[in-house]
Amino acid sequence: MANANDNAAAELTTEYVTVTIGDHLFGLPIFRVQDVFVPDRLTRVPLAPPEVAGILNLRGRVVTAIDMRARLDLGARAPGAPVMAVGIELRAESYGLLVDSVGEVMALRNGACEAKPINLDPRLSRVAAGIYRLEGQLMVVLDVDRVLDIKNGAVAA
Amino acid sequence: MDDLLREFLIETNESLDVVDVELVRFEQEPNNTKILGNVFRLVHTIKGTCGFLGLPRLEALAHAAETLMSKFRDGMPVTAEAVTLVLFTIDRIKEILAELETHQSEPEGADTELIGQLERMVQQAAAKAPAGHTVGTLVPQTLQRPLRPGEVSLDELERVFRETPGPVPASIAPPAIAPQAKVEQPSPAVEKDEAEGTVASKSLRVSVDTLENLMTMVSELVLTRNQLLDIVRRHDESEFKVPLQRLSTVTAELQDGVMRTRMQPIGTAWQKLPRIVRDLTAELGKDIELELHGADTELDRQVLERIKDPLTHMVRNSADHGLEPRADRIASGKPEKGTIRLSAYHEGGHIIIGVADDGRGLDTRRIRDKALANGLATEAELDKMSEQQIQKFIFTPGFSTAKTITSVSGRGVGMDVVRNNIDQIGGSIEVHSVQGQGLSFTIKIPLTLAIISALIVESGGERFAIPQLSVVELVRVHGKSEHRIERIKDAAVLRLRNKLLPLVRLSSLLKLDGDHGIPDRGFIVVTQVGAQTFGVVVDGVFHTEEIVVKPMATKLRHIGMFSGNTILGDGSVIMIIDPNGVSQAIGTSVASTAAAHSDADAGQSASAESTLSLLVFRAGSPEPKAVPLSLVTRLEEIDCKKIELSNGRHMVQYRGQLMPLVRASDEVKIRREGAQPLLVFSDGHRSMGLVVDEIVDIVEDRLDIQVGSDRAGVLGSAVVRGQATEIIDVGHFLPLAYADWFRGKDMHVADKERTLLLVDDSAFFRNMLSPVLKAAGYEVTAVSSAQEALSMLKEGGRFDALVTDIDMPEMDGFALAEAVRGEQRFGEIPIIALSSYSSPESIERGRQAGFHDYVAKFDRHSLIAALKEQTADIIQAA
Repeated sequence: MANANDNAAAELTTEYVTVTIGDHLFGLPIFRVQDVFVPDRLTRVPLAPPEVAGILNLRGRVVTAIDMRARLDLGARAPGAPVMAVGIELRAESYGLLVDSVGEVMALRNGACEAKPINLDPRLSRVAAGIYRLEGQLMVVLDVDRVLDIKNGAVAA
Repeated sequence: MDDLLREFLIETNESLDVVDVELVRFEQEPNNTKILGNVFRLVHTIKGTCGFLGLPRLEALAHAAETLMSKFRDGMPVTAEAVTLVLFTIDRIKEILAELETHQSEPEGADTELIGQLERMVQQAAAKAPAGHTVGTLVPQTLQRPLRPGEVSLDELERVFRETPGPVPASIAPPAIAPQAKVEQPSPAVEKDEAEGTVASKSLRVSVDTLENLMTMVSELVLTRNQLLDIVRRHDESEFKVPLQRLSTVTAELQDGVMRTRMQPIGTAWQKLPRIVRDLTAELGKDIELELHGADTELDRQVLERIKDPLTHMVRNSADHGLEPRADRIASGKPEKGTIRLSAYHEGGHIIIGVADDGRGLDTRRIRDKALANGLATEAELDKMSEQQIQKFIFTPGFSTAKTITSVSGRGVGMDVVRNNIDQIGGSIEVHSVQGQGLSFTIKIPLTLAIISALIVESGGERFAIPQLSVVELVRVHGKSEHRIERIKDAAVLRLRNKLLPLVRLSSLLKLDGDHGIPDRGFIVVTQVGAQTFGVVVDGVFHTEEIVVKPMATKLRHIGMFSGNTILGDGSVIMIIDPNGVSQAIGTSVASTAAAHSDADAGQSASAESTLSLLVFRAGSPEPKAVPLSLVTRLEEIDCKKIELSNGRHMVQYRGQLMPLVRASDEVKIRREGAQPLLVFSDGHRSMGLVVDEIVDIVEDRLDIQVGSDRAGVLGSAVVRGQATEIIDVGHFLPLAYADWFRGKDMHVADKERTLLLVDDSAFFRNMLSPVLKAAGYEVTAVSSAQEALSMLKEGGRFDALVTDIDMPEMDGFALAEAVRGEQRFGEIPIIALSSYSSPESIERGRQAGFHDYVAKFDRHSLIAALKEQTADIIQAA
């Protein structure tokens, strides 16, 4: 019985929005993604943690933009390089995760999700929910809540 | 949750709050049947609804309370005991309601004991009451209650509502009549409702979320309109212009309307206070009267929420610490009943809330000891502080002077939390206390937090909004402007009308660039937070704009510099600067200096005792010399090559004029190379440079000349910063630069020299002002006390004007003015008050006392202008 349930759960699929951040492929559960937009006119916030790229106006809402490269310690984006934002809502506040590009939406079987390897970079490991082996590359599933769990000041390495 | 239940909870909680207040009122006015009727109706409604929703525990409680209250109606004497019991019952009902809200069912348990108490009270009443009134009502009720809690009382209710005197058939009638009574009963209640509450029937309950949403939408609309206006402005001929104008007006009205829906009378925040005070009265054994004034003053709901707790806390404090026990009050000749007074009124865009009591006031000495014990200040620092400054320590975290911790207050969490809450909403709090007479707090808060007027500035390439409420003025500085940035060591200051303002550069505060220096040109936003004033240096200033405040994201809330953000008309987001945060960041050293400034200004003590900004320098000898900073116009360092010798005197070209240089003492050597420090004194268009060796510092200290001097140019010696310092006499040097300085340029105005009586208890100011006034063409007689001045006048001394200090021992300036005005023969001699502080209140007081004018002590120009005006009147009148 328990087995059957497990199997049923494993057969269920979750849809992910794939994004690339510094040559890596990541997946965000689609039910957490509000929208995808091009960040425009970012206002930097003095004294903010380094991960906070700034704030911007998205259709009348003030959105806090999180630089995912800084968040995952993947090095700074080259100046002028294209940037996209994935809108996330957390406790009635809007956030925008700045990524290099947004790919497609993939439906993946829950059963295929593997535990993250123990030797994963600790900064990445803290925000990763699991890993999918796709054709030719790995996709790290991001835990949105942990991504946004930014402590005041700097994030401990 | 069930909609019905939710509605019930909201309604009942509101009703209970009203019951609380009304019952306390009722206790004080037991004969007011209207109040009782009101309470009764509310409790009855609660009971009825409980029965309908199937909440037996609540129903039984409400019923028992109602029964007791019905006895009040029958003429049972209203005792404190009985009211306490009813209040206690209401508390229990509230507890049950809270449970109900979380678990959606009544908690387990019974209230037999409480109900028993209520019943005993009823029986007692019955025993005491005249027999005729209680026939039949009691017995069936006590018997039947365990069976059907809601039923029997209806008979009684009916009776109550009908107001029929004497026993009605209902009391004799068996319960069978009850259903009939049930049907009949509501109609009188409803009628009553309608009679009293036509307003209530027109109002509608709207959830706060809906309003908040509406507010957000309106904010959006405002922004969109701003954008549209922006576009149309760029096209001269646009068919959109007229409709857009209409849209704009409608939007503004809509915004106003929505804002108004968020307004609530402050009375809602006060609602719980009568009950609290009543309970405290019992607990502390004190007699307390709570006065509430201006309860219908409206303010934004959001603001209201934030001040609710601080106000409650302050009232508790007043009751517990402030008001003395009965015996002490009688001993000190005060009325037995202590008073706590709350008031609220609008003033500009602010609401002013006062909390005052007539208790013992703050014990400054205890605060002082505590501050010392807690290491908040050193003995020496405390010695220099005024009482008011010491009193401000009560706002420090963990500061409580209560000797004993009572259940009411005194746990060391107190006024600091109050101040924090008020700070957060951009308000300020001030304390005023007179030992033995009482304590009062004045809270000033903005009416609304949602839309504020803000000044848009630029700093470090970014734009920021500074709330207009805390902006005092804008000063533009550049090399040639009147106001200049000066530096004392590393600290930059701006001298603005006899005040030194600490300056801070916004971009360095926000770490926007590596440059920490303050440029010589730029804009200074003079900002005031509480009693502190400081200058924020920005690169540019744009305009003021009504901005919609959006809260900071939680991830950014720890940055103390911002209070929120906003979207401008052009669609960009900018941060709103929090002046409180900036003032804290400037640091405590600056803060205390600024406080010392304002307190010195407040004229708390005699002028000779209050602190003064002194410029300390060296000239000719290693011993420091000093001059009041207020007399110095500018500090300069002149390139020595620019110093020229002309006609045997040293001169320098300064701002297109020749400025004579005078050495501060004969030993001073005018340098030949490098930079020469100068103190520049100006009067009108004339300037003089006083040559010194070195400018040492600016210190805040008392000026108490202890040893006089016979030497020319020196007033005497005083201890400044623990070091004997010569105080120089500026009056001596001015004629050295211009021989005719004292004869003055305005001499030709007067045909004859006008006479002036100068009254000041401080020798220093007498010495300082006499030459200045002489220079303006007056013959000055200086005296050191009001009595002396009065006797001179009585002896027939004739003066064209009287210039007097305000703060003087024994007889102050106000008293002098009143005395002079009281004597007919002195005529209408103009009296000009000199004070280091000119608050609107003191000016008003001065006018009443008979002053013609009120001038700041250091403001020579205004003084002379005032004198000219007043004496000119005399001449015209003559």
